[in-house]
Order: sequence, then C-alpha cells, then structure tokens
Amino acid sequence: MATEKLLTGNVGTVETQYHTFALPPDEMVLENGETLGPVTLAYETYGELNEAKSNAILILHALSGDAHVAGYHPGDKNPGWWDSMVGPGKGFDTDKYYVVCANIIGGCRGSTGPSSINPRTDRPYALDFPLVTIADMVDAQRRLLDHLGIDRLLSVSGGSMGGMQALQWMASYPDKICSAIPVSTAMRHTPQQIAFDEVGRQAIIADPNWNNGDYYGGLVPARGLAVARMVGHITYMSDKSMEEKFGRRFRDERKPFKFTPDFEVEGYLQYRGSSFVDRFDANSYLYITKAMDHFDLTRGRKLRDVFKGCDVKVLVIAFKSDWLYPAYQSQEIVKACKLAGLDATYCEIDSTYGHDAFLLEVEEETHLIKYFLERVHNGRVVENYEI
Amino acid sequence: MKSNTGSLEHDIIVTLVKPGASVLDLGCGDGDLMTRLVKEKNARAQGIELNEPAIYKCVAKGLSVFHGDIDSGLPEYDDASFDYVILSQSLQQVQKPDAVLKEALRVGAEVIVSFPNFAHYTARLQIALGGKTPITPSLPYEWYNTPNLHFLSISDFIGYCSKRDIRIKKSAFVGRNRRIRILPNLFALIGIFLIADGKRKAKT
Repeated sequence: MATEKLLTGNVGTVETQYHTFALPPDEMVLENGETLGPVTLAYETYGELNEAKSNAILILHALSGDAHVAGYHPGDKNPGWWDSMVGPGKGFDTDKYYVVCANIIGGCRGSTGPSSINPRTDRPYALDFPLVTIADMVDAQRRLLDHLGIDRLLSVSGGSMGGMQALQWMASYPDKICSAIPVSTAMRHTPQQIAFDEVGRQAIIADPNWNNGDYYGGLVPARGLAVARMVGHITYMSDKSMEEKFGRRFRDERKPFKFTPDFEVEGYLQYRGSSFVDRFDANSYLYITKAMDHFDLTRGRKLRDVFKGCDVKVLVIAFKSDWLYPAYQSQEIVKACKLAGLDATYCEIDSTYGHDAFLLEVEEETHLIKYFLERVHNGRVVENYEI
Repeated sequence: MKSNTGSLEHDIIVTLVKPGASVLDLGCGDGDLMTRLVKEKNARAQGIELNEPAIYKCVAKGLSVFHGDIDSGLPEYDDASFDYVILSQSLQQVQKPDAVLKEALRVGAEVIVSFPNFAHYTARLQIALGGKTPITPSLPYEWYNTPNLHFLSISDFIGYCSKRDIRIKKSAFVGRNRRIRILPNLFALIGIFLIADGKRKAKT
C-alpha cells in the first residue's frame, strides 16, 4: 500500500449550484403521502460527463454534510468534506469520472428544508415541514440527475447517512445505477443508534429557544444544538482515537472557575458544538436524524428479498473501531447482496478512528474504490495492476 | 506458497474446474488462483479471505472478495449455490476444519481441497530419526511460526471422507515439481481432492 500514489491534484475553485423543481401544482409526493414544492436541491459537479454519459458518479453526504465535497469555495481556507477522495487522480478520479455531490431535502445547506420559506405562509416552514425519509431524499436526487441528463449512474457512494442513501438508490432505482459503494453504514438503525439520535433531539427540544421549532428570526436553540453535536462527536470517535487526540491533557486557557472546561476533550467538544451552530439548523437536525432512525431497507422482509432483482455491483467498506456503525451491520448488507446473487466485495479496514475513519482512512479507501470503479467502468475482470 | 509445487497445484485445480463454472474460493489469499480460473476457465469467481492486505490485492486484480473468517460458516450462501467451492491450502489453517468442510460441501455442488501431506517420507524421517517437527517444501514453517493449525496426511483425509460419507470423485498428488502416481501418502507433498457430499448424490 505504501507505494500507492497519493500525490494528486485538487479540483480547484468550485461553486455550489441549485436546481429547483416540483413547482406547484406539480409538487413532489413524499413517502408519507404529503406533498412538497417547490423543491430546491443544492449540488456541485466535478470533472466532465463523457459523451455516452456513462461516467457519472453520485456522492452522498452524512448527517451534517453538504454538496461541497471537494475543492474550495472562493475565500475558504478548508476544502470540501471529502476532498481527499474526490479530485484528479484520487479515489473518485475527476479526470475519469463526472462526480456529482447532491445535498438532501430536509437539510439546511442550500436545499429545501424546515428553514426554507413555506410558499403557503411566506414564513419558514419550521415544524410545518413534512417528515421526509431517506427514500424521499433519493427521489429528489433522481430528479436532479434527470435535470443533468444522466440516465444511469456508474456508481453511487457515501458514508454513514450517505451510505444509507446509496443503499436506498439500490432499492429505489436499481436500473439507474451500475454499482454502489456504501461506507460505514447500515440497512437500519439499531436501538443504540436511535438512542444517541434521541439524546441529540431532546437536547434541542429542551432548549427554551427552540420554541416548538418556531425560532427563525429570533434566538436559535444554540445550546441544545451544540449539545446534540457534542454527543454526535463522541460517537464518531473511538476510545483509542480520543486517548491519542486528547489524553487527559488540560487546556492552556483554563479559568479559575468551577465547571469550565478543564480538559482538552471538553474544550474540543464545546468548540465543535458551538461552531456547528453557525452552519446548521436545529430543526434540520431533528428532521434528518428522524429520517435516519426510520430508515429500514428491509421493510420487514427477509434479508434475501431486500435486493431481489437488483443487478448492481457493490463494494461495502467498514472500519474496525467504528462502534456507531459496527462492521457487523456492513456484513449484513453484504449478506443481503450475496443472498440476492449480487457481485459484492467487502473490506473491513483496520483503523482506530471510529466512525470518523471513513473521512480519514484515505489510502485504503482510495485503493479499494479506485480499482472497484475501474472494474465497473471498464467491465474488466483481471488485468495487470500496481500495488 | 509461491513454490513450483504451488503452481503445479494450481495447474491441477484449474484443470478440475469446468469452463464457465461458478466458484467460491475459501481462503483465496492474493487471488492468484481465482485470477487463473477467471482467465483460463471464464469462471465466475468470488473469494473469502481473512487477511486485509490480501483483500487489497484481490480488489486490485478486479476480483470480488469478502473480508471475513471462513470459520464462522457461510450463512450468506444457499445450498449448492456454486459449482465448486475451493479450499486451496486453507483447510489445515482453519480452527474447525470439520465444520468448514461441511459448509463447503453444503454450498458447493463439488468441493476441491488441497493440503500439505504430513506423511511425506521426508517428514517421517525427520520425526522418526531426527525427533523433530518436520519441515518440507509443502510444510516450510518452523513450529513457532506456522499458520497451519492442523496436520493431516493423505491417508487421514481419505479415511475422513469415508467416515463422513464424502465421495472422492477425483484425486491428484504433487511432489517436487511433478505429479505423484504411486504411494502418494509416502511421496506426495500435496494432496488434491475433488469431493462431493455422498448423501446429496444419493438423494438426487
């Protein structure tokens, strides 16, 4: 692995784009029967769509992510959230593939969500926003791809909730994708995963500023959202990665008061919590975590029936220290694939980073994804390779 | 094993597989055998392997591989869902060879097994005369670093098959760079068997 070339380029300066559809009276019908429209979806694209339109890859983000997966927005110091994986010569090679990253409905990063203006009231939706599901998010993304003139995706990939969307693509539109790469994800949440989400939601709801979701234009439930994010961050790390990152070190700027953050880990969580408030809407956090909790690809069916009739090549990736989405959940995905006769490859990467590993273990992921995509793209089975 | 003994073993396994067959390679390693089966026999092959670096090599070769432990069974596969299940030099390395073989026979219409012969005459001499754990071309490890957990002879395996109602359909034996046709339990370094569940055949 050490010889793997990681010296690769960056997609450079990029801009988020927006596609609006489902204009009334042709609103989008959601899974629960309610309608939503108009719907705006934020997205970014990288690389060039080939003439046959056969090299498009859709990247899907996790709970707090956005359409900005790679490159830099003008004036930004940090690149997109998976810049290490998307770019010229990278795992998702933008020299070869046309990469689209789509945001989600229900979110707050440029797409229609609870903080958007409700055309019926001319005020933010707040809790009037309908409950959306992972399947609804995927339906909206398919409308975006129609707009971009892409009939069939070479691949669809994402980690965590992005992985759920990739799995949902397999279930909703199996004939629209050639392959899927779900990373650090699950076919459904366990009680433990729901429990952590519920703690986050209750922190928001318990914040007096939340005001039943009606806080737009006033004080936002910043404390509640920050605590939700703090809980989240604990679940994204591992015992070992926290030990390595913080140890029991004290902060430099300790104050001589009781119950101010003494330890580095406290300071880190507080910083993560408060900075999250600047870029995320508390109601979106509630809606999106609910969508994740309700996601159940099996829908009560037997495992062997989940991907029945689906002809998609699958690469499933999990990480050893990820206790939020443990490897056995990824193995269950593979099992469902195998029982349905799908071509599925699985790797459990040795990592100490916990759930965050899918953003950090770039070298291994690059290798797996690069060669997998090559096989899907070229239909090649065996050829010379470098390692 | 990259020895000539190993490549001759692969040669023989490749000839045992019918063109276009579906194959599950248990303990597929770097995927060398699967690569040959795909190239030479147009096989639809997939593998299971425990070693993470080996997984990366398989993926780089464009193979479909599952990172897992064959000792935990094959619950994701239906009965007779492969034409062949292959255990090339992996049976002696699993915790529960009996259980693994049973699963292999359930999932594969036929099973190809190869393993190092512990009763090779050089091994016998080393034990009987030298009083030492034998080291042979097919058992090249010291006692303290061997990946092998079980040591069996060709006679052991034949006896096992008759006890478990396993039908031996074909067998081949490999010595130093050549096939062995006489007294394989004495002269073969590796035994290769094509077997099937004796009971299943009786049913159909």
